[in-house]
Amino acid sequence: MTARKSFQLPSEITTVPGAEGWEDMYPYYTRFRPEDDKRFWFYNSMHFPEPMPAFDVITAEVPYSAMGAYTTRVFAFPTALGVDHRIVNGRIYITANTVSDPKEIERRYKLFHERAGFYYANWSRLYAEWEVRLRALIAEVDAIKVPQLPEFEDAEVVTQARGIAQNHYLRETFHRCIECFSKMWHHHFEFLMLGYGAYLVFFQYCKKAFPEISDQTVARMVAGIDVLMFRPDDELKRLAKLAVDLGVDGAFVDGQDGERILAAVRKLGEKGKRWLAALDQARDPWFNISTGDGFYHHHLSWNDDLSVPFSALPLYIAQLKAGKSLERPTEALKKERARVIAEYRELLPSDGERQAFDQMLGLCHLVFPFVENHKFYCEHWFTTRFYLKVREFGALLARTGVFEVADDIFHLHYTEVELALADLLLSWAAGSPPIGRAHWTPIVQRRRKILVALKPWSPPPALGPIPESIEDPALQMLWGITSETLASWSTAPDAASAHEIRGFAASPGVVEGVARVLMDVNDIAQMRDGEILVCPVTAPSWAPVFSKIRAAVSDIGGTMSHAAIVAREYGMPAVVGTGQATRRIRTGQRLRVDGDQGIVTILSE
Amino acid sequence: MANPRDFEVAWFDDIAIADRPAVGGKAASLGELTRAGIRVPPGFVITTHAFEQFLANIDPGASVRSTIGALDPDDLDAISRAAVGVRDTIRKAQLPAALRQSIAAASRKLAASETAVPVAVRSSATSEDSADASFAGLQHTALWVRGEDQVVAAIRDCWASLYSTESVSYRLRLRLPEQHCAMGVVVQRMVNAHCSGVMFTRSPTTGDRSVIAIEASWGLGSCIVGGEVTPDRYVVNKVTGDIVNRTVSQKSLRHVPGLATGGVRSEAVPADLQGIACLSDDELRGLALVGKRIERHYGAAQDIEWAIGRAESDEEGVFLLQSRPETVWANRAPEPVAAAKDKAFDHVIAALGRKSPGRP
Repeated sequence: MTARKSFQLPSEITTVPGAEGWEDMYPYYTRFRPEDDKRFWFYNSMHFPEPMPAFDVITAEVPYSAMGAYTTRVFAFPTALGVDHRIVNGRIYITANTVSDPKEIERRYKLFHERAGFYYANWSRLYAEWEVRLRALIAEVDAIKVPQLPEFEDAEVVTQARGIAQNHYLRETFHRCIECFSKMWHHHFEFLMLGYGAYLVFFQYCKKAFPEISDQTVARMVAGIDVLMFRPDDELKRLAKLAVDLGVDGAFVDGQDGERILAAVRKLGEKGKRWLAALDQARDPWFNISTGDGFYHHHLSWNDDLSVPFSALPLYIAQLKAGKSLERPTEALKKERARVIAEYRELLPSDGERQAFDQMLGLCHLVFPFVENHKFYCEHWFTTRFYLKVREFGALLARTGVFEVADDIFHLHYTEVELALADLLLSWAAGSPPIGRAHWTPIVQRRRKILVALKPWSPPPALGPIPESIEDPALQMLWGITSETLASWSTAPDAASAHEIRGFAASPGVVEGVARVLMDVNDIAQMRDGEILVCPVTAPSWAPVFSKIRAAVSDIGGTMSHAAIVAREYGMPAVVGTGQATRRIRTGQRLRVDGDQGIVTILSE
Repeated sequence: MANPRDFEVAWFDDIAIADRPAVGGKAASLGELTRAGIRVPPGFVITTHAFEQFLANIDPGASVRSTIGALDPDDLDAISRAAVGVRDTIRKAQLPAALRQSIAAASRKLAASETAVPVAVRSSATSEDSADASFAGLQHTALWVRGEDQVVAAIRDCWASLYSTESVSYRLRLRLPEQHCAMGVVVQRMVNAHCSGVMFTRSPTTGDRSVIAIEASWGLGSCIVGGEVTPDRYVVNKVTGDIVNRTVSQKSLRHVPGLATGGVRSEAVPADLQGIACLSDDELRGLALVGKRIERHYGAAQDIEWAIGRAESDEEGVFLLQSRPETVWANRAPEPVAAAKDKAFDHVIAALGRKSPGRP
């Protein structure tokens, strides 16, 4: 094993064969430039494990513009500015801008002290207001009516002298969608960096006081029990129980699609009605949960695709009938967390250290509801509604002949969508057919092929010269990147690593078993008892399988991710954030999952 | 027991840590653990009172201690000559009849129904723990001793080891007063361990108080203590019970009872056992719980020897053989890791204001 001084340079990356022309999918400011060879970049596999469809880069561009605004301009983090991002072969690389001049740090520190101090001091009130604003923003994006461009305008345009025709609103409503999305991400980062800051400080304290403590153990002390991300799954369990209690459970057949199950329940008279009423109540808002993590347009919500919850319901019903309790033992979990905290506290050698522990952990518990719940509001609820709205624009563009199919919209950057809409609103006004089809169809077809060609590419974890020190709080806070991570990346792989996949050690324990790779949460019915789940991301949608599996492995997620929290509650080993497990592991292979070290070993072909 | 100093033999149930001057460090600790409800193989101790009587018998002029105490710590030849003389005298001398009867009675009681139960005979010096732990290694231990004559011989060997050249020169160098130097001898039932080892209730490498480091190997513990085998190493989180590290090594040797002759002998570990973990997860957690209990009892990190008896015997499960305070980390006085601040968020603001949050 030899350590290197530099990773591959951005300019040395060659285009994946068959993906020629990928550059045209993304804006000019995302392309690597010659001077970027001098900077250190890393692949953001945590959020973007797949090649980016042109539209979906909005989930990089907008968050980075919001995050940087908060670190650089709003709170003035002393040492951290924002991040630059670049795209190569469809993958997103980022680099963090930092401040090193002590005078500059001092100047920023004064502002930071005041501004961050204000947010921490008023955290609970501000967070309560934040929730109201987020709900309003979700309502706003929901309420956007995509103009349907009828042959003739409604009479009211005349009788109420509105003075503005629908094609104007086509652009305005699309802009409003993008604006709401941008506002959501600003709110997302309004609290997030400060929240992570509290975690970071407590993590560091624990590592110093208990040098061998694992991240997952610290996470256990921080994590709350009653958080929104558990609600969708809890609702599903409640519905399963209601189905059994009402005696309508016979309608829930494993492997049958949601519509057929619903039709069967509808035929069950009063009892069926009661169950359906409960379903409707649960759907808003709890089924606004993404089947992924909300970063790609194909991460649909349960509401968008009922087959996900409906493939879980038969599992839960079967478990209930087998006499299993589905309820999360929240009281026991709270007691256990309190015990772990009390014992660690007791192990500290002095009262002063115990007081500092109380302060830091207390702050973590103050910020935790935001840090955990924002995911439901932002990445799940808002983002799935946002994509739904974009899809409506796609449907309009397909119906009017600008696109072949609605999903073509996701192969255009949002600024290109603007062009397609301009085309449509012009042609609608002119009374001539839109020109878009001939223009966009070959582009979209090529881009679809490019994405397929890019998919199997293994992006290097980092690019460019290895920095001497990377003890940067922002990098550590958001991506868990430290000098140690870099050292492990820069080490040439040895023979063992051909069978090893590394990720975050999310939940302790070591087990061996047979892998089941599920790319889609719809397939959870295929899972057999005792198998090891290998999946792209374990969002709450995957919760129903946790009672069947022996261990969980995911491409995306960190120690504080929902999957990690759930795995710890179930007491099963988990390795998350591997970036590549679903690509390298095949169903049927024997695996060893080491949730203590964060290593997955492929034991057999 | 009112005061073990007045008796020749004292049972573990009757002694506590405060009885150390009367029974020696090892016996006091085993008594304390027994009374705290920890499972210790039953046994008794020949008190220092008995040792004093024995010494008075063989050294009526009370010259041994003053002679030894007057030696030059650097004159190893003189030390060696004097020590050999004392050891010979101890080994050849008869035990006082009353003491011999007490030992015989206690041995029968310890054996219960069996005729000759195998025991460990261990030195329990009064200075053992107060001085450097390495001193303990200079003391004699006899394992798997059977029969009264063998036990008495082993007791004499323990007493004699107080006068080994190394022990004597060690005391002289440390200027430990010879008058206060006495020795109890522990006679304790032996566990025919299928696996045994040591455990630190604090990380020996980092000093972390939240983990328990366990080393384990097949057979009797003498194999690990003697360094004849590379043991398996495990780290168990003291708070959560998680097993955070397992390093299983190739354990080719084990110590087993040398049945005919008494004592122990080395043998090859069967091939199929060599490379596998000698402790199950449940056993690891069980051990960690015991370690945690002992640490709580003493209020300080411990260095513990343990054994696990064979399954389906009446010795099944964990036994504690010895517990000493951990000394390496306890003697360091590290800077406090953090102090309370005016407001909780000051911690965050301070940390994010620095270039390297991990460093002060």
